[in-house]
Amino acid sequence: MTNKVGSVLVVGGGIAGIQASLDMADSGFRVYLLDESPGIGGVMAQLDKTFPTNDCSMCILAPKLVAAGRHPNIHLITNADITGIKGEAGNFDVSVRRRPRYVIREKCTGCGVCAEKCPVEAIDEFNQGLMNRNSIYVKYVQTVPLTFLIDRDKCIGCGTCQEVCRAKAVMYDDKEEDVVLNVGSVVLAPGFEGFDPRLKREYGYGRFTNVVSSTDFERILSASGPYGGMVLRPYDGEVPRRIAFVQCVGSRDSQVGNNYCSAACCMYGMKESIIAKEHAPGVQCTIFFMDIRSYGKDFELYYKRAQDEYNVQFIRSRVASIDEIPGSKNLKVKYVVNEQPKEEEFELVVLSIGMQPPKHAKELAKALDIKLNDNGFCYTKEFSPVETSKPGVFVCGAFEGPKDIPESVSQASGAATKATSIIASERWKLTTTKVYPPEIDVSKQEPRIGVFVCHCGINIGGVVKVPEVVEYAKKLPNVVYAEQNLYTCSQDTQEKIRETIQEHKLNRVIVASCTPRTHEPLFRETVREAGLNIYLFEMANIRDQCSWVHMHEPKEATAKAKDLVRSIVAKASLLNPLPKPVISVTHSGLVIGGGLSGMAAAQDLAEQGFEVDLVEKEKDLGGHLRHIYYTIGPEDPQEKLQSLIKQVSNNKMIHLHLNTKIDNVEGYVGNFKTTLNSNGLKSEVNSGTIIVATGATEYKPTEYFYGINKNVVTQRELEEMMVNGKLQAKTVAMIQCVGSRNESNPNCSRICCTQAIKNSLKIKELSPETEVYILYKDMRTYGFIEEAYREAVSKGVICIRYDDENKINLTQENDQLKLSIWEPTIGLSVPIEPDLLVLSAATVANTDNEETAKMLKVPLTKDGFFLEAHMKLRPVDFATEGVFLCGLAHSPKLIEESLAQASAAASRALTVLSKNALETEGAISNVNEDLCSGCKVCEPLCEYHAIEMKDVDGKKRAHVLEALCKGCGVCGSACPTGAISMLHFTDNQIIAQVRAALKEA
Amino acid sequence: MEFEPKIVGFLCNWCSYAGADLAGVSRIQYPPNIRIVRVMCSGRIDPDFILETLIHGADGVLVMGCHPGDCHYIEGNLHAERKAKMLRNLIAETGLEPERMHLEWVSASEGARFAQLVKEFTDRITKLGPSPISGENPNKVILENLLAAKRTAGDFRLRVIVGRERELVEDKNAYGEKVPQEKLDELLSEAIKTEYTRNRIYNMLEKESLSVRELSKRLDLSTQDVLTNIVVMRKKGMLGVERIEGTTPIYMSLEVR
Repeated sequence: MTNKVGSVLVVGGGIAGIQASLDMADSGFRVYLLDESPGIGGVMAQLDKTFPTNDCSMCILAPKLVAAGRHPNIHLITNADITGIKGEAGNFDVSVRRRPRYVIREKCTGCGVCAEKCPVEAIDEFNQGLMNRNSIYVKYVQTVPLTFLIDRDKCIGCGTCQEVCRAKAVMYDDKEEDVVLNVGSVVLAPGFEGFDPRLKREYGYGRFTNVVSSTDFERILSASGPYGGMVLRPYDGEVPRRIAFVQCVGSRDSQVGNNYCSAACCMYGMKESIIAKEHAPGVQCTIFFMDIRSYGKDFELYYKRAQDEYNVQFIRSRVASIDEIPGSKNLKVKYVVNEQPKEEEFELVVLSIGMQPPKHAKELAKALDIKLNDNGFCYTKEFSPVETSKPGVFVCGAFEGPKDIPESVSQASGAATKATSIIASERWKLTTTKVYPPEIDVSKQEPRIGVFVCHCGINIGGVVKVPEVVEYAKKLPNVVYAEQNLYTCSQDTQEKIRETIQEHKLNRVIVASCTPRTHEPLFRETVREAGLNIYLFEMANIRDQCSWVHMHEPKEATAKAKDLVRSIVAKASLLNPLPKPVISVTHSGLVIGGGLSGMAAAQDLAEQGFEVDLVEKEKDLGGHLRHIYYTIGPEDPQEKLQSLIKQVSNNKMIHLHLNTKIDNVEGYVGNFKTTLNSNGLKSEVNSGTIIVATGATEYKPTEYFYGINKNVVTQRELEEMMVNGKLQAKTVAMIQCVGSRNESNPNCSRICCTQAIKNSLKIKELSPETEVYILYKDMRTYGFIEEAYREAVSKGVICIRYDDENKINLTQENDQLKLSIWEPTIGLSVPIEPDLLVLSAATVANTDNEETAKMLKVPLTKDGFFLEAHMKLRPVDFATEGVFLCGLAHSPKLIEESLAQASAAASRALTVLSKNALETEGAISNVNEDLCSGCKVCEPLCEYHAIEMKDVDGKKRAHVLEALCKGCGVCGSACPTGAISMLHFTDNQIIAQVRAALKEA
Repeated sequence: MEFEPKIVGFLCNWCSYAGADLAGVSRIQYPPNIRIVRVMCSGRIDPDFILETLIHGADGVLVMGCHPGDCHYIEGNLHAERKAKMLRNLIAETGLEPERMHLEWVSASEGARFAQLVKEFTDRITKLGPSPISGENPNKVILENLLAAKRTAGDFRLRVIVGRERELVEDKNAYGEKVPQEKLDELLSEAIKTEYTRNRIYNMLEKESLSVRELSKRLDLSTQDVLTNIVVMRKKGMLGVERIEGTTPIYMSLEVR
């Protein structure tokens, strides 16, 4: 038995790698986050918006970048590659080669003067070659770490950057460096590589300027991209009036060797067309597709919006070729509809490129000794979706198979649980906990403010007269000290600030420099090290919002800088030290629902050393999985189920409550108290977290003679018939989307296409001569499932489309079913007389979700599934802290997806359970009970359920649950009696700031 | 000298402040008139802050938050919008140009849009000219009106209606019914008018005690309207009768809160 190591290496700093790192670092492990590129953020940083909410990608990503960048237990290693691995699960030595950066990370302040002066321009890969960067550069402006680097291939060595760098960060003799990391496990998240559209020669990418890839188009749409968010075509900078989107470029295409579906392109194609219309309202967008695969949560609604609200035109056809029209440089798109060749002219064509394994997948696989699948992605199994072939090495994100962001994020958290499970005994052993000096009591002191004004090299000092601002600051009320720094953020200045605080007995500190969004944490840390409460620190943004935007008006910029300093001094005079409330944590979890997801989540928590109460309303464990006898993969679900049930039942850390319902939930994160009801027998359990895994229900069809004709069954019933050897039929017809994608349930149930393909393959296996028809709207066999679809077709399964216009005509004579359907490609109506009609019934939300949701104070979607905190980046969290979600209760999904989500929910819960106490935000709401009228206006306004009404001397008074408050201040600005103040942004502080901004004191 | 307006911007930390930073990073130039106050969420911005800012002589106030759907705090920006709507109505009563307050959405990636909006707003305010209550000789009537508006913005009734708007319109009221938006808007604008009038009366009486007739003259309201309000205000303990001159009661304001 080797010694275990409490650290993990995460390979790949995209959204999946970041999420996995944050989860693990937050639950007690040291994390090395490695990226081969110079900065983290991955592909998501390149995106403009994200579906289905059209959230701005950078808005939601940037906080995660910053969180990863400044986490004390995440060590970033960028511009580096893995070269080998030794050892075994629990204790690996991974060799890493760091490429030279030529800029010293500890010294570079990211000010960017070097790039401004650099005489060499190079192609900007981040902007897809649509604009240029310099040879000394950062990947993109929000990148983390914000350290410049030199592109050695392009650099001519002129020496200018070293000359202009006042921080002395440029080091031309930087060398390659080999390091060995000792880690307990490895998480792979290297992402994917976009398909190179040049390989589809007939589409003309690379030859025709106005044919762009979908990634190019993301940059075109982006407000921070080459065209500033204007939709322009690259040839002449004109706004295109007609844009074609060509789907499945490099996907579902045996010609290029990619049989699989890339799973996300239908959605991003629609998103790009919607956003294009938003940016250029007159534009007509046309999407050429084979099947629209909008199978995710609420995706179908997005598809409908694209059609109805945005008038996006959808043409069901694979584009044959694209020609450029000489002169206009417009493009002629050639395609075939119902055997008829057609062509249409467009001004811009966007190729929706598929996902391929990352460029260096093979080298990575070799270095780490892991298996790849036939498509070159990481090999995993259905029932262990985040485990690679090598124990101790885990995988998540698109390297495991094409997937969208929320799936990647779920899988990342899932991988985090598994990766730390094997080293759970080493929790908190390699993490650093900083010890701070005791806080100085400033409550009885008059404000003594110190102001540090930054030159930021020449970034501020080149425009704003910094010495003048310093002199001005010295004269402001309560300011006892002011000085200027070349770089206030540099290491030596931190020391200087600490000394000055002591020497001058400062009790408020102001830095006038860049933006608090990136630098406030650093300076707060510095003042804390000098014994000041972090809330006694403030910043004036005189760079990003002053010197940089008024470069040609030095006089006005200096005046503005003074105003900004004066106004923040006025606020600082009123700052109060705030305690960060600490709440205790009950070190056990509650899981509601004993199906696959619930059991898996419970098992994950137990394996990490936490007790779990697992509540199941039925008498048996297993849920939905009890009815699944085989899957599209090789594994036996019943065997897996039985072994999981056995593990869960025998695990001493898991307390099973069968035949039990939840009656009531009280408390908040860290301290929930739940009342269980087992046939009237009530008991209470305490837990630090709650995981909702209550599953879903198969829709009971009312269509197509179901329940009337005995030869009409659901897919689930067919599966049971086959397992019991009762399938006799010679002709089987399957109808998809029964109870889904209709008016009463507009969403897609995601799994039924896979189910139909799985069952039709089984029929062909049992009785090859049986004819099988699948009547479908869109075949949604996403990802690698596409290959099973191909196999079914090759085995003679006949798939015919129907839709709301071209309906299925079904009659019965005696018991014989007769159906007919119009087949558009052959132009004939096809009669089918099935002996068995199989309905692919929808997966619908449980009817008791509403009750559960109310108890947990969490929301539901319109169709009754549980609604997570954020569809993209918080897929298993609720807005209510400490409550998490997984499995079918979230939305319909496949086994491997449920398992990944279950582990994800466990991972998120572990970030709470692993701590002895939770430190919460100090800048939160505060109620003055004497002023509170008990009107209850605030309570429903709070999205986080952080306000409850409490009895105080017989009167109702608002009470803030400190653990839940996020500090937005919505309650405070609505309180009718002024009883609620938002600490650190109090009315007095804001008004003082405004007054001082407007008038000299 | 050309008029250089003083503009205060209230920006949320997560989107619009980040957008402003991006404008800086991208070196997109815009007029230097704006002074930015950072808050965590646009939903934090109390109508009182904006009135206070205007009273202190700002020529324009620009409030910026995340685009709908982008809010870091889920829906804080929509609360900001509700408050802005109320405030626009209220400012319109005072004689100050309501367009001096403006609400916009800016995302973290919209540096150019931020700069453009600031430029447009600055241009608009420059055209509009200095705030009538700024400078050496402020327009006393408008200033008085704004002070009344400030009190109004703090009024319990108004804040309850605005604070409950989402609950009543989108979820349900105490009877389990949805209140139609138009109905709520109507109620709100009525409440604004009434409370604003009452606060004007109150502020006036704070300076000197007056009769119904005199108030009617100064406020350009019918004596009956003045009296109706006085009756309510007396009941609430805001006013009292100081003395009776002949047959005419003279009212004074009382200390409240």
